[in-house]
Amino acid sequence: MESGFLPRTRFQTLLDALHRAGYRCVGPRVRDGAIVYDTLTRAEELPRGMRDRQAPGRYRLEQTGNPRFFSWANGPQALKPFVFAPQEPLWRSERNASGEIRFAEISPPAERLAIIGVRACDLAALRLQDRHFQEGVVADSHYAARRRNLILIAVHCTHPADTCFCVSTGDGPRATQDFDLALSELDDGYLVQAGSEPGRELAAQLTLTRATAAQREAAAREIEESAKSQTRRLPSRQLRDALFANLEHPRWNDVAERCLSCGNCTAVCPTCFCHSEAEEPTLAGDHSRHLRLWDSCFTQGHSYIHGLTIRADTRTRYRQWLTHKLGSWHDQYGRSGCVGCGRCIAWCPVGIDITEEAAAICGGGTHG
Amino acid sequence: MADPHVPHEAEVVERIQESPTIFTLRLRFTDPARHAAFRFEPGQFNMLYLYGVGEIPISIVSDPRDEHLFDHTIRVVGRVTKGFTQLKAGDRLGVRGPYGRGWPLRRAKGRDVMVVTGGLGCAPVVSVINYVIRRRDDFRRLVIMQGVKHSDDLIWRSQYSLWSRQRDTQVLVAADAGAALWPWHIGRVTELFDRVLIDAARAVVMMCGPEGMMRVAIDNLLHKGVPEDGIYLSMERSMQCAVGLCGHCQYGGKFACKDGPVFAYPEVKPLFGIRGF
Ligand code: SF4
Ligand code: SF4
Ligand code: FES
Repeated sequence: MESGFLPRTRFQTLLDALHRAGYRCVGPRVRDGAIVYDTLTRAEELPRGMRDRQAPGRYRLEQTGNPRFFSWANGPQALKPFVFAPQEPLWRSERNASGEIRFAEISPPAERLAIIGVRACDLAALRLQDRHFQEGVVADSHYAARRRNLILIAVHCTHPADTCFCVSTGDGPRATQDFDLALSELDDGYLVQAGSEPGRELAAQLTLTRATAAQREAAAREIEESAKSQTRRLPSRQLRDALFANLEHPRWNDVAERCLSCGNCTAVCPTCFCHSEAEEPTLAGDHSRHLRLWDSCFTQGHSYIHGLTIRADTRTRYRQWLTHKLGSWHDQYGRSGCVGCGRCIAWCPVGIDITEEAAAICGGGTHG
Repeated sequence: MADPHVPHEAEVVERIQESPTIFTLRLRFTDPARHAAFRFEPGQFNMLYLYGVGEIPISIVSDPRDEHLFDHTIRVVGRVTKGFTQLKAGDRLGVRGPYGRGWPLRRAKGRDVMVVTGGLGCAPVVSVINYVIRRRDDFRRLVIMQGVKHSDDLIWRSQYSLWSRQRDTQVLVAADAGAALWPWHIGRVTELFDRVLIDAARAVVMMCGPEGMMRVAIDNLLHKGVPEDGIYLSMERSMQCAVGLCGHCQYGGKFACKDGPVFAYPEVKPLFGIRGF
């Protein structure tokens, strides 16, 4: 449901309304040559005119002079770190002098967070993380506490990078689900669309003007063109059977020669959920914290069971990553685990391209 | 919302040394209400937490009817298990569970039961054997097959002799190499399949141990006429959360911690034996 038009000159009123409602705003900021989500207090801090150039193994920002705030595709982070923390304590234990042990949950900070500039692919990934962390047999209370406190301001994507392929996964470039507000960015401002009750309340606090038919058409056209401009694609949305039928394909050896097993791809992937648990005892020994940290199926420890490492080599690790991401996710969550954000392609130090590897193994082209 | 990750305090009531590297901890939750409410099925496991060191998944080997204590048999294989060897009666630890899907004992009722293990004493199947022997009338024939590298590796040796004297029970033990006075077979355990007497079409076979051993056993069983869905295996994978979240235990699309650790063979067949899964 569309609420109206917000001129760019009044973007600050959106941040102010969120601040008044008790949210810390987080939005795109330029840090070390990349767009990352960081605290945002003033609209001027947004990456005006910035454009990202992405290619396999490459990410570069350039200033175009364009007045827009969101004329870029994405940075290395998605929403993942805001709901599934890279490292967090889960509980603590305390042992007293008589040896008794007391356990207590450590709750995450109950901070209300507004995230601005969320992409369709990130929302699709969040949906998958929701399913994994809070809709299974147990709900993860740490994830749920963070998730509950989020308000999401999406911006439909009009500037996909060369690495993007969300059209082929069905996840973008238009945000269609799970946002509170969605914005269409035009040269002079934003069409504002509410997607939830909190979103409607927020929109009601902004002084919006009536959107014109021309603005609506322009917005729709831009999203359509953005979709058309994507050249990468996965060979199909259902690759499970093809992948598992090709477990001995020579391409696994070929990619293993290039892959460094560094785990960058899993760290930037917005749907990867693996984590390890670790214990952090104090030196005094009177208490200990139990942590969880992001882990990756590319590490030696991931598949270790006393004396046996199930995936000791890069070939079996890359095969695990791809057959899980594009294959067994279908069994677990009814769809592929890839939302087409292209991050694993741009942030791979050696430029391994998931769409190319999938095509080489399963057949089918990646371009066009 | 109760946090699924937080353990609860339990006390070691007794510690039994089973072999130089294997010991059993008999435990009780210190909160009587929690202890009274604790229920499990053979084949399920708990996460045991050693203070300041970490957690490990260990299967529950006592009888589910035993309301007094629950037992865990632990083999020393790493840092955490090594730490557990220090525990003695009265010491405290953390426990959360039970987790996972256990053995198909309801399905096995009124049928022949066969239990196959290899490697060093496999505690999860010993719990099945004890379960069946305590409820002998509920089941038909019981066939116990165990292979070890060396005869000295067989723990609970006296129990095997005891079991072999039960009615309708066949015990087939093999050691690749044996010391003097070894009463059982010398050679591969798989050489014993010809001697197995079971109603193959209706038998329920439960196995755990090295996957290579299970592979050979499955082939032999299928050859004998045991249907694929009559074979169940306990799959060992890395487990850190035990509740389907951390991703370590994934086996294709399955999470061994919640979908297993016991699987019917057809569920794991497509990937079984492929290195890297
Ligand atoms: S697999 Fe790559 S392209 Fe797909 S969602 Fe993950 S990071 Fe994005
Ligand atoms: S595919 Fe690239 S990013 Fe992923 S582990 Fe291999 S080298 Fe690292
Ligand atoms: S042990 Fe964590 S997902 Fe199974």
